[in-house]
Amino acid sequence: MLITCPYCGPRDVIEFTYQGDGNRERPQSASQDLDAWNAYVYDRLNPAGDHNEIWQHSGGCRAHLRVVRNTLTHEISSVAFARGDHKSVARHKTEGKS
Amino acid sequence: MAEYSAFSLLKNALTGNKDWKPAWRKPDPKASYDVIVIGGGGHGLSTAYYLAKEHGITNVAVLEKGWLGSGNVGRNTTAVRSNYLLPANTRFYEHSMKLWENLSHDLNYNVMFSQRGCLNLAHTPAQLDDFARRGNAMRHLGVDAELMTTAEIARLVPALDVSATARFPIVGGLMQRRAGTARHDAVAWGYARGADRRGVDIIENCEVTGFLRDGDRISGVSTSRGEIRARKVAVAVAGSTGQVMRLAGIDTMPIESHVLQAFVTESLKPFINTVLTFGMGHFYMSQSDKGGLVYGGDLDGYNSYAQRGSLPVVDEVMSEMLALFPGLARVRMLRSWGGVCDMSMDGSPIITIGPLPGMYLNCGWCYGGFKATPASGWCFAWTIAKDEPHDINAPFTLDRFHRGLVIDDKGQGATPRLH
Repeated sequence: MLITCPYCGPRDVIEFTYQGDGNRERPQSASQDLDAWNAYVYDRLNPAGDHNEIWQHSGGCRAHLRVVRNTLTHEISSVAFARGDHKSVARHKTEGKS
Repeated sequence: MAEYSAFSLLKNALTGNKDWKPAWRKPDPKASYDVIVIGGGGHGLSTAYYLAKEHGITNVAVLEKGWLGSGNVGRNTTAVRSNYLLPANTRFYEHSMKLWENLSHDLNYNVMFSQRGCLNLAHTPAQLDDFARRGNAMRHLGVDAELMTTAEIARLVPALDVSATARFPIVGGLMQRRAGTARHDAVAWGYARGADRRGVDIIENCEVTGFLRDGDRISGVSTSRGEIRARKVAVAVAGSTGQVMRLAGIDTMPIESHVLQAFVTESLKPFINTVLTFGMGHFYMSQSDKGGLVYGGDLDGYNSYAQRGSLPVVDEVMSEMLALFPGLARVRMLRSWGGVCDMSMDGSPIITIGPLPGMYLNCGWCYGGFKATPASGWCFAWTIAKDEPHDINAPFTLDRFHRGLVIDDKGQGATPRLH
């Protein structure tokens, strides 16, 4: 299986570390909603089909990635940086070079 | 008289083997049953068998999407053991072990249960201490366990590299002598025949496509072969649990489906007469009666419903095998395959009433479901028949995660891929 890292390009799956289900929403740190915490820790959608998941390119650029992968075929339909603000970081870098 | 015996073999041999009956019928589904069991794997079949045998409930259908035994009961590495640390697991798996010890007689079907022992290798003194603790916990509950020295291990498994220069030198091990292996297909066939002869309908090529409701209560299933009603609907579908529960409107479960690979080599002369596990990675091996080495390792590590594995894990498993047995380097691998495992959040199973009225749930077997087959069916049948769990499966509830009552033998936390 190849995952196309937005920084590094297509790389073998052995360079990546699976970090699990990306659908889960972590409650705010101060939240006392026990059901929300339990759901975050234990409950999974576990779909047979497209799965939203987090991977880290631990053997490469170390970026955390949000990957949509089909759990039946292992076909990957999208890879993006997991951090929402990562785009702006990348842009600053480009601007710095020019 | 038993259907299969030396006498019946002789009699049928003399009459041209024309009088054998098929091991199970191929009935069409009836309009309704007392109990429907979804899933014709080992656990579903044993559930039906014990419902009929222990509780006299024979108006039962087992619905199987494919053919009987096409899932994990025919894909596992056949090890049977009860060497757990936590009391809930030890009691459950020891109950299973006791059922295994009499299973061939009980079923009148040779499941080839062979108590050749299971040896966990320790590679550091700390690991050996940990094994001693687990062994003591087992003995405390009446399960056999013994520590072995490296010299004893070398005598038992001569091919093992026990030298001090091995990549991970062996410092000892924990042996359960009563553990062993069984013929996995025979377990499925034996339970199927036993259930069939007691009146259970085993319906193959019958996929459940939805649940019927009577108010809040589950009252049957719609299938690729029509609607079937039942007072009680039991789900025992292992890796497909999430998919089947979604049909009942339950979107999340404390389960992830992962693929586990297994491998077999070409046939060798007698090479290893026990089940062996590696302590510095995830690798286990035994030898089948045909002579092939049957072995496996870790999960592929990411959610998967594909019943096939990835090459990096093949590479890792082979390297672990060679770390233990350098002499196997030239042996050829014949086959590899994958099965979809229902990995629970604490590594322990779920056998419970619910979660909906009229429904019963059996899942979360991770990659240890084969050895549980007899006790899983026995406990699930009890739970379905009496509408309450037996003491042995009472801890294995679905709500234990939200109630803080997890049974985490490995101490791994809610990371299913690591259990």
